[in-house]
Formats: sequence, C-alpha cells, structure tokens
Amino acid sequence: MSKCSVGLLALSSLFLSSAAIAQEKIKVGVTATLEGTYTVLGEDGMRGHQTALNVLGKKIGDKELEFIVASTDATPDSAVRAVRKLIEQDKVQILLSPLSGDEGIAVKNFAKTHPELTFINAASGAQETTYVDPAPNFFRYNMDGAQWQVGLGKYAYDEKKYRKIATVGEDYSFIYTQVFGLVLEFCGAGGQVTNRQWVPLGTKDFASVIAALPDDVDAIYLGLGGADAVNFLNQYQQAGGKAHLMGGSIMIDQTILSSKGNAKNALVGTIAASGQADTWEDPGWQKFVKAYQDAFPPNKRFPSPSLLATNYYGSTMALILALREVNGDLSNNQSKFKAALAKIEIDAPNGKIKLDSNRQAIGTNFVTEVVDDGKGALFSKVVKVIPNVNQTLGYDPAVFSKIGLPSRTVPECKKY
Amino acid sequence: MAWKALRMSRFVERHPAWALIAIIAIAVLLWLIFAVWPPGLEEAIGRKRVFLNALFNGITLGGLYFLVASGFTLIFGLMRNVNLAHGSLYLFGGYVGYAISSATGSWVLSFIVAFILTALVGVLLQVIVFRRMEGQDLRQTMVTIGLSIVFADLMLWACGGDFYQIQTPNWLIGPIELPLITAIKSSGEPVYLRYPMVRLVIFAASVIIGVAMWLALNRTRIGMIIRAGVDDRDILAATGVRIQLVFVAVFAFGAGLAGIAGVVGGTFQSLSPGEDIRFLLASLVVVIVGGMGSIPGAALGALIIGLAEQLGSVYIPTYAIVVTFLIMVLVLAIRPQGLLARR
Repeated sequence: MSKCSVGLLALSSLFLSSAAIAQEKIKVGVTATLEGTYTVLGEDGMRGHQTALNVLGKKIGDKELEFIVASTDATPDSAVRAVRKLIEQDKVQILLSPLSGDEGIAVKNFAKTHPELTFINAASGAQETTYVDPAPNFFRYNMDGAQWQVGLGKYAYDEKKYRKIATVGEDYSFIYTQVFGLVLEFCGAGGQVTNRQWVPLGTKDFASVIAALPDDVDAIYLGLGGADAVNFLNQYQQAGGKAHLMGGSIMIDQTILSSKGNAKNALVGTIAASGQADTWEDPGWQKFVKAYQDAFPPNKRFPSPSLLATNYYGSTMALILALREVNGDLSNNQSKFKAALAKIEIDAPNGKIKLDSNRQAIGTNFVTEVVDDGKGALFSKVVKVIPNVNQTLGYDPAVFSKIGLPSRTVPECKKY
Repeated sequence: MAWKALRMSRFVERHPAWALIAIIAIAVLLWLIFAVWPPGLEEAIGRKRVFLNALFNGITLGGLYFLVASGFTLIFGLMRNVNLAHGSLYLFGGYVGYAISSATGSWVLSFIVAFILTALVGVLLQVIVFRRMEGQDLRQTMVTIGLSIVFADLMLWACGGDFYQIQTPNWLIGPIELPLITAIKSSGEPVYLRYPMVRLVIFAASVIIGVAMWLALNRTRIGMIIRAGVDDRDILAATGVRIQLVFVAVFAFGAGLAGIAGVVGGTFQSLSPGEDIRFLLASLVVVIVGGMGSIPGAALGALIIGLAEQLGSVYIPTYAIVVTFLIMVLVLAIRPQGLLARR
C-alpha cells in the first residue's frame, strides 16, 4: 500500500502544480494499471491520455480540467479502492477508469452506488461490463474483447486454412471475452478449437504450460498481455517452439512487439485482430501517431501507440468534447453531460465511434498481421478493416443472449 | 557415509511396510521416466512429453528455490534470526544483474557483481541492524519486515514498476535433446525429449552450489566453526573464535546467494515489484517444509515445492496455488520441526 501512495502523491502533485491558476476546476479521476503484470499497458495508456490533452487542451469554456491519477494492478479490488479514494478523498466529479477487464466489471458495479457521478471507461474490455445489467452512468467508448476479435476467425479459416486451433489465455474476464469472439467466428466457419488452456494473471513460469501445448493443431492462439506475454515468448523461445501463432488484441500490440530481446521475433507473421492496426493509412490515425510520437522522446514511448494509448485517447476525447458541448455544466447530477455523452459520436483515431443503448461502443475493427519493418522493429499491418462492429457481433440479440456469458468453456465450439 | 547406510538399513528393519512403499514409488517413477508409455496410460493422464516436462520444470524450479532458501536457512541456522528482508535481497540482486548484463552484455559478470553487491548489503544489515538486537527475535522480525517495505519502495523508485528480463546468452538459447524417449512415431522412429538448455545449466549450477555448501559445512574448518556455532554459540565464543566475524561472513554469503538467485530468476522468469514478496514466501514455505536451519532440508523442501507447483499447474490448474500450502500444512501437522530438521 505504502508504495502506491507514495507514487500517487508524486503523480497528483505533478498534476496539481501544472494547474495552479485560480479558476473554477472540474476534477477528473484517472486510473491506470501502473503496478503489476500490466504496468507497461497502464503507462502507455497514460501517454495516450496525455496526447489527447496536448491535442485538445484542458479548457472547458472558462473552466479548467484537473486530473488526478491513481494506480491499480489489474485486480478488481485495487480498482475499486483507487476509485473510492478518488471520489472520497480527492472529490473528483468524473472518472476515467479503468484499464483492465475485471476492473471494469467491478467499477461498473461500484458506479451504481454513485449515480450522481459520471464514469467513462478508460480501456477495459470485458463483455459483461456493459452487456449485463449496465450502469446508467457508465459509458464505454472502446469496443469489448469479442468485438476486437471480429474477422480473425474467418481470416484464419478462409485465408490461412487453419482447421484446428488451441488457445492459451490469462484466466480472467477480458481474455474470456476475446476467446468468446474468436471461437464464435472460427467454429461458425467450420473450424475446431480442441483445447483451451487458462493460466493465472501474473504467471511467471510457463514451461509446463508450453510443454502441454498440443502439437496436432494448425495454430495456437495466445491471449496474454504485458509481462505474462513477454515471459511466455521468452520461455517459448527457450523451449524451441515453432507452431503457427495467432494473437489477441493485447498480445499483438506495441506493448509486446517493442519489448526488449529477440523472443518477440516468434511473432512475425502472426495474425491477430484488434481495435487498431499500427500501419493503417487513414489520415486521422497517422495524425494521432504523429501527435503521440511528438509528445514523448523516443526512449520514453513505443514506436507507435499501443491499443491502450488509443483507448485512453478516445475516452479522454469523448470526455472533453461532451463537456465542451454542455459548456462544463455539471448541475442537476450531471444530467446534461450524461445526455451529451450518450449521443456524442467521436472521430477517434481508430475510426468513428458511437454508443448503443447500453452505452457501449460501436466501432471499427482490424485484422492484422505482424511484419518486420526491416530494421528489427515489429508492427501490425492491416489486412482487413471491418466497420460498424456492434456488441452482439452482428448476431440477432435474442440468438446472442442464448450463447451465454464468456467464460472458460463458453461458447461451445459450434455454429450458433 | 557409513552411518547413513546403517541408518537406512535400520529404517528398513523398523518400518518394512513404509520401505516397501517407498521402493515401489521410486520404481514407478523410474518406469514413468524411462519407459515408452502404453496408449492406455497416455489416454488416462495425458502425453508423456507433458509429464516429463512438468517433472523437469519442477526440479529446475526447485533449483531456483533452493538458491534463495539455502541462504535464508543458513542465516537462520547460525544466528537464529528470521531475515524477512531476504526477498528484497533477491530482487536487488536481480536488478543489479540486469543493469550489469545490459551495460556490459556479459551474463557471467552479472552473477559476480550481483553476488558481491548483495553480500555487501548483507554485511551492512548484519553490522548495522542485527548486531544491535541479538537474541531479540520479535524485534528482528519487525525490523526486517519494515526494511523489506523500505527496500521495495526504494527499488520501485529506482527501477519503476516495469518488468525486466535478463538476456540469456546466445549459447544457452534454445532446447537440447535428452536421451529420453517421449513417444514412438508411426514409422517406428523414437521422439526424444527436447528441453530448454538454460534451465538445465541453471539446475546444474544450483546442484554444484548445494554440494559445495554441504562439503564446506561438513569437511572444512570454517564449516566446523559454523556447525559448532549452530549448536552452541556461547561456548564457541568462549573458545576464542571471533564469532561476530563468522556471523558477518555467513550473513554475507547467504545474502550473496539470494543475489545470485535474483539473476537466475531474472533470466528464466522476470523481475518486477512484488517478486520480493513472492520469493520470501516461497523460501519460507521451503524452509518450513524442509526444516529450519538445515541445508539438505532446504534442498528437499525446494524440490517438493517446485514439483508441486509445476505438476499442479499441469494436472490440477485450478488448485495449483493451494497445493504448496497444503503441503506446508501437512508438514506442520505431522512433523512440525520440518522433514529433515535435527531436533
């Protein structure tokens, strides 16, 4: 605890000092995973947030935004603790939180105990957060894990001719959601998922997991992130693994593709799907990449923003634009602000985003393939762009609800 | 060695049933390792490759645990102080190793520097902290808990929350084939076990360190002094041995071992805040299972815990974390002094 509070103090005093002019302020609390397995994800998320502030500014009419940052470690209780602290001690009015799947579900439930405040999801992507019993004051401007896998199953089956795959994933809600999206599409196309292995978040020793990977499959899908993904790749290299790989949205991401060492080279040629692609030529995306690169020196950032930076950018953008629309009016339990958030359509770097009736994003998805740029840096190259992906993945809502909620064994491998 | 054989035969005479069970268990294990599994068995408990890998991983992980826990148990055995900052020494050694290996590119050098620097920290701890509160267990425990929190903060401040991995030297990357058959292809060609080279080297190193420590303790004059100190340090001091010097040396060596273990852990796993607590907990469990203050006990405990973790993560993944603590509870219930403790 003590280490986190020292970091908090330092961080919050930084933000305080930058906004020391006496004028009316709107206090916003931000959480990111600045500890534990997902540390690099949290750090890059904060870079995306900062980039958005550089581009859009912190002024809302004659008021100024003030941000207070709290650290979490991807566990739900750490997220609720951080959010409580921001609300009760720092008296924030708006929250930009959280980053990770399980955190999202916990913060959404917590949001119901503070109906007067507004919660804008920063980057978390578990399906349950907005699909089951959504909180009326919780808004999510990024797609969920299943939406981020749209296109991957079909591409693997039709183009790569994979017929049988196995999955390895971290044992929590976001990866369940990712595997949910993958299995639904891959099995729907006629493929088979023979084995689903789950490892605890923060696993260090993957040697036995790697040994247990089946060898009679065409490809192995990796749903890992942060330190876990790097540990896995390192030990996979040491064990001499050579299977075809497929990747989840935080596996094939700059947080992993620009990690130190050469274990990541196993990922060249890996197909994946995510809410972004590093080499997309869209001018809006390129502009964002440029702004990100200009905001930080090269050794303090990734060569290109990660999915987390993009998500934090998008959610910060929605927050600022909606606040400007109502001219910073937070009266009457922030009702005007909430109404503006619900109907705003943002021109995010990774495509247009609007919300459905559950306040869940409908956006664009990308199928990608990892390429080496010739200088040893790895990037995800666009293979396919899929616009207008909604939370039911194009299924009829009634059919979709019968599939069940993402878990270790749901969905079954069949055509729904 | 003769007394050991004698004790063994006495054990067989006294507990013939247990001895039979032990012999059968060893025979089954050897068969599982060397024989080609019949298809029925593969269906029942999975492929042989998975089993062999989990077994080897357990043993090599045990090697790492032994490196951390042997220093811990050595310090406890001689000075009766429970150094709860031992995990911090592990992480510190790892960070030092990372800094050295990324600056110079030399893996071997990182071990040497990590050993020396953590040993120095150990000396400072002994001279500044422990000497002032000799024989006051509770105070020592509280102070070392406090120190471990302070160290964790300092390291977080210096190295950040990021995770680091020490680069494996090129000659250790990749697997080697072991002469153990995991399966027979339909063409009749045997498939041999491929196993990561780096883990074997690290395991071999920990065995060498373990044996060297055992020899040093049992066959040298310094070892004799240390063993005498474990039994009765007041009498030892009365015979004119400069006991404080011995304490400092042992503390430095134990701390240095933790530093080396940090480099090892940073090579085949990774370093990040929180690892200090994980390894402190692991060495506590290892030492409780093996017996406080006993080097062979630390080796046995490390082996059991490593195997339990790895076999558990393959065969009962959901409950893998519980297995380690179940073993600890069992040992505490049946043989509270630890499996190989002398008293």
